[in-house]
Amino acid sequence: MLTVKDCRQALILGLWFMFLTFPILVIKVNPVEKTVVWRWPNMLWVGGVSACVYLLSRVFLARRAARQERIRLGLEKESKGLNLAVFRQPKVCLPLLGGVALFFLAFPALFSTYQLNIMITALMYVVLGLGLNIVVGVAGLLDLGYVAFYAVGAYSYALLHLHFGIGFWTALPIGGLLGALFGLLLGFPVLRLRGDYLAIVTLGFGEIIRLVLENWGEFSQGPSGISNIARPGFFGLEMSLDGSITYLYYLMIGMVLFTIFVVNRLQDSRIGRAWYALREDDIACQAMGVDKTRTKLAAFALGAAWAGMAGVFFAAKTTYVNPASFTFLESAIILCIVVLGGMGSIVGVIVGTLVLILLPEYLRALADYRMLAFGAVLVVMMVFRPQGIVSTVRRTYTLHR
Amino acid sequence: MKSIRIYALLTAFVLAACATATAVEPIKIGVAGAHSGDLASYGLPSLKAAQLVVKDINDKGGINGAPVELLVEDDACKPEIAANTAAKLVSSGAKAVIGHICSGATKAALPIYRDAKVLVISPSATTPALTQSGEYPNFYRTIAADDAQAKAEVDFTLATLKAKKIAVIHDKGDYGKGLAEFAKTFIEQSGQAEVVLFEGVTPGAVDYSAVVQKIKRSAADAVIFGGYHPEASKIVGQMRQKRMTIPFVSDDGVKIDTFIQLAGKDAEGVYATGPADVSHNPITKEYREKFKKAEGAEPGAFFDNAVAAALVLTNAIAKAGTTEPNAMAKVLRSEEVATPFGNIKFDAKGEPIGIGFSIYQVQNGQFTVVQ
Amino acid sequence: MDYFIELVFSGLTRGSIYALIALGYTMVYGIIGLINFAHGEIYMIGAFTALIASTVLNILGLPLYAVLILTALAAAVWAAAYGYTVERLAYRPLRNAPRLSPLISAIGMSIFLQNYVMLAQTSDFQPFPALIPEFAFLEPFAAVVGSTDLTILAVSALLLLLLTLLIKYTRTGKAMRATAQDQKMALLLGVNVDRVISITFVVGSALAAVGGLLIASHIGQINFSIGFIAGIKAFTAAVLGGIGSIPGAVLGSFVLGLTEAFATGYVSSDYEDVFAFSLLVLILIFRPAGLLGKAAVEKV
Repeated sequence: MLTVKDCRQALILGLWFMFLTFPILVIKVNPVEKTVVWRWPNMLWVGGVSACVYLLSRVFLARRAARQERIRLGLEKESKGLNLAVFRQPKVCLPLLGGVALFFLAFPALFSTYQLNIMITALMYVVLGLGLNIVVGVAGLLDLGYVAFYAVGAYSYALLHLHFGIGFWTALPIGGLLGALFGLLLGFPVLRLRGDYLAIVTLGFGEIIRLVLENWGEFSQGPSGISNIARPGFFGLEMSLDGSITYLYYLMIGMVLFTIFVVNRLQDSRIGRAWYALREDDIACQAMGVDKTRTKLAAFALGAAWAGMAGVFFAAKTTYVNPASFTFLESAIILCIVVLGGMGSIVGVIVGTLVLILLPEYLRALADYRMLAFGAVLVVMMVFRPQGIVSTVRRTYTLHR
Repeated sequence: MKSIRIYALLTAFVLAACATATAVEPIKIGVAGAHSGDLASYGLPSLKAAQLVVKDINDKGGINGAPVELLVEDDACKPEIAANTAAKLVSSGAKAVIGHICSGATKAALPIYRDAKVLVISPSATTPALTQSGEYPNFYRTIAADDAQAKAEVDFTLATLKAKKIAVIHDKGDYGKGLAEFAKTFIEQSGQAEVVLFEGVTPGAVDYSAVVQKIKRSAADAVIFGGYHPEASKIVGQMRQKRMTIPFVSDDGVKIDTFIQLAGKDAEGVYATGPADVSHNPITKEYREKFKKAEGAEPGAFFDNAVAAALVLTNAIAKAGTTEPNAMAKVLRSEEVATPFGNIKFDAKGEPIGIGFSIYQVQNGQFTVVQ
Repeated sequence: MDYFIELVFSGLTRGSIYALIALGYTMVYGIIGLINFAHGEIYMIGAFTALIASTVLNILGLPLYAVLILTALAAAVWAAAYGYTVERLAYRPLRNAPRLSPLISAIGMSIFLQNYVMLAQTSDFQPFPALIPEFAFLEPFAAVVGSTDLTILAVSALLLLLLTLLIKYTRTGKAMRATAQDQKMALLLGVNVDRVISITFVVGSALAAVGGLLIASHIGQINFSIGFIAGIKAFTAAVLGGIGSIPGAVLGSFVLGLTEAFATGYVSSDYEDVFAFSLLVLILIFRPAGLLGKAAVEKV
C-alpha cells in the first residue's frame, strides 16, 4: 500500500521537522551563566513521530481513495455521514430529546459539585456561543470583541449589587439591556466597515472596555475587582453552598432553553431572514429592500444582549469579577465555539461548547500539554472539517402543485 | 432467601469497611494555586513545601494518629477557575486549604470556603482587603500584607533616601496597582514629600521610553514601582539608558534573582523590599536542603511562606483536635509556632505576627540587606 | 521643546518596532486576505532563535559583529521555515474553505506555537543579551535617543526600501502583485500561485525575525507571550494604514507609535492603549479602508 515515494516523502518530512524544531526543541541556553544543554533525543522523537504521522495519513488517504473508487464502480454503497435529517424524525428525535433532558435534569444528583460547576460554565458558554452566533454565524459580521459585552453584563450586576444592593433577578434584564446598548454603541461607528476592518475595530472595542475597567478605579475598583457578589436568590430562601450551586445550574438550564427558543424563533423571523441575506451578499440584500443599517444594528444589539445576560450569570456564579477575566483570548474561544461547531447552527454551538470547554477541563490531567493540544485540535479540525462539526442544512422550500 | 442473605452479608461488609475506614480516616488538606501555565513558578514551590511538611508529619505517625492527605488542585491564578477549584476541594472533602497563590484567585475562592467552613491559609496572597475587610474570618496568611510592604518602602525612601519628589509607577495589575496606591497614600500622609507622578505602564509593551521621559520631566528624585520583575527590569534598563541615575525602589515581586539576570548591570543599586532574611533559621535551612535534595534546584518564590503555612496549619489541627475553623482559630491566635520566619502567631484579622520586611539592595549582582 | 523631541523619538522607536511586524501582516493579508494571527508567534520564535544562536555563538567566542550577523541570519532562516510550514499545514488546505475557517486555524496555530515554545524552553522571562553595541558618537544625545533606537529606525527603513524594490521591480514581486489582484487570473497567466504565497510567508516571517532580534535586544528580555501583545498592536497598525498596503503599514505603525508616545507624555500612560484603539476607530470611521488603503470597488 505504501510506495517507495511515500517513504521517501516521509523521510524528507521527518528531516524537515528535525531541522525546523532544532533550535527551540534541542538547544536550551542559559544566557546568564552561558551554558548550553543539548537535548538530542528530542530531535529523534520529532523526526520519527512526524514521519510516522505522515505515513499513517498516507495509508488513511489511500484507503479512502480506494473506497471512493469502489463506490464509483458501484461495488459499495456510500454510507451517509452524520445526517441531521435522521434526528428530525419524531421516532428518533423524541426519545433522544427525552434522554438528554433526563440526563441534564438528573445531573446534580449524579455528579459532584465540582462537575456541576464545570457544567454551569459550559452552559454559560452555550449562551455566549448562541449570542455570538447571531452576529457571526447568521448575520456574517466578524466580531472579535464579543467579550466586551460579557464584561458589561458582569460588571453591571457587580456594580449594581455593590452600590444599590440590587439582586440577581433585577440585574439580569438590566445586564441584557446594557449589553444591547453597548452593542448599538459599537454598531453605529462600524456600520460602514466590512469584513476584517470590522474584526479589528471590534477587537479594539473589546480591549477599550477592559482597559477602562482596569484603569478607572473609582468606577470599577480597578484590577482588584469586585468580590462578594450575591448568588441568585429564591424568594429570600437561605441556601447552602451546594444548594445554591444546584439552583444556579437549573437557572442556567432554563436560560439555555430560553436562548435556544428565542434564537430559533429569531432565525425564522423576518429579521432573521434579513440577516441571512446580509451574510450572503449585502449589496443584493440592500437591493431587495432590506434596511441594512437597522438589520446590522439589530444583530449587534441582540447578540450583545445575550452576552450581557451571560455576564450577569458569570458574576453570580464566581461571586467575583475582575477585568482579567475578559481578555481577547476569551473572545477568541467563543468565536472558536461558533466556527468549530458549525456557523449558524444551534446544535453546532452546543457541540462546539462541549468540545472546547469540557474537553480542556477534563484534560486537566495533561496539565501543561492541555493548551498545546487545544491549539492543535483547532487547526486539525479546521483542516479536516472547515465547515464545522455540524454543518447547517439550508432550509429549502418546494412548491407543491 | 439466598439473595437476602447475600444482601445482609454485603451490608455487614460495607459497614465493617466503613468502621475500619473511620478509624484511620485521613485528614484531607487542599493545596490550591497556579501549578501550570506561565505563573506556575509562583505556585509550584508552595505545593512542594506542603508536600515536604506533610511527608514529615506522616512519617512521624500523622496528626493525632490520622495520616494527612493532600488534595492538589490547579487554579492557573484565574478567578473563574479558582471558584471551580474551591468547589472541587470542598466537595472532595478538604478540611483546610493551603492556598491560593494569587490574590484575585483567592478572592474568588474564599466565599466558597467560608460557606463550607473551611479554614484557608495562603502563603502569598497579599491584598490587604482579604483580612482587613473582615468578610473572611476563615482566612489567614503567612506573608505580610501589601500595605505593610508599601509602608516599609515609603519609610525607607523618605528617611534613608531623603527623597522629596517621588514618582510612583505601577503595572496596572491587582498587586502592583494596589501597592502603588498605598505608597501614594502613605507619602501624602507623611507630608515630607510629594508624589510628582502616578502612572501605570502597560505590561508587555515593546518600549517604555515615553514613560521614562515623563519621569525625567517630573524631576522626581526617586521612583517607587509596584509590579513584577519583567516590567521593573525594562523600566530600570531604559532609565539607565537615558542616563537617569535616581534610586529605584520596588517590592517583593521584584526581589527575585530573575530580576538581576534580566536587568543585568542596570540592576545594580536597585532597592527592593522582601521578606526578612531568614536564611540562618534552622527550620528554613532544613526545608531548603530537603527541597534541593528532591528537586536539585533552589526553592523558588514563597517556599518559606508555604512551609510556614503548612506548619501552623497542621499544628492547629493537632492542638485543636478538630478541623472546625473556630477551634483552630483559637490555636492559631494564641499559640506561637516555630516556622522558617521564627515563632509566629496570628492577630484577630488573620495577619501574621512576626513576619516582617527587610530592604534589600542589589550589590555586585546580589540582593544584600541594607535595612 | 526638548520634551517634545524626546517623545517624538520615543514614538518613532515604537513605530519602527511595530512596522517590522506589521509588514508581515499586511503582505499576507494583501495576498490571501487572511489575518495571520500566528504572525506574532513567528516574531517570538525569531527572537528565541536569536537568543539561542547568540548564546551558542558567544560561547564559541566569535567576535561581536560576526555574532550579530550570524544570529540575524539564523533567526531569519528559522522564522522563515516556521512561516512556510505554518502556511503549508494550517492555511493551504483551507484555501477554498469558508472565510472564517482559516482565521480559526490561525488562532489555533498561535495558541499551539506559544505553548510549544513555553514547554520546549521556559515560561520565565529570559534575559536577552545586548547585541547592538553602544555607538560612541551618540553619547551626547544618550538622554534623547539610544543606539538601539537608532539601529531599529535605520534597519526598518532599509528593510522597507528592499521590500519595495522586491515588489516593484522583480519578477517575484510582479507575481505577488498579480496574485494579490486576482488569484485565478494569475494562475491562468502562468503564475505559480502556491509558490508566490509561500514566498510571501517566507519574506514576511524573515522580516518579523529581524524585528524580533532588534526588539528583544532593545528591551533586553523575551518570553513566549511577547508575540501576542506586539502582534495585536502591529496588526492594528497595519489596519490603520490600510491593510494590504505596504507603505500603509509603515505609516500606520508610525501614527500608532507617535499617538501612544504623546498619549503617555501629555495625558497618561494608563490609557495609552485606549488612545491607540480609539484612534483606530476614528480613522476607520472617516476612511473605512485605512489611511492608504483603497476602497474595494464592488461589482454586483
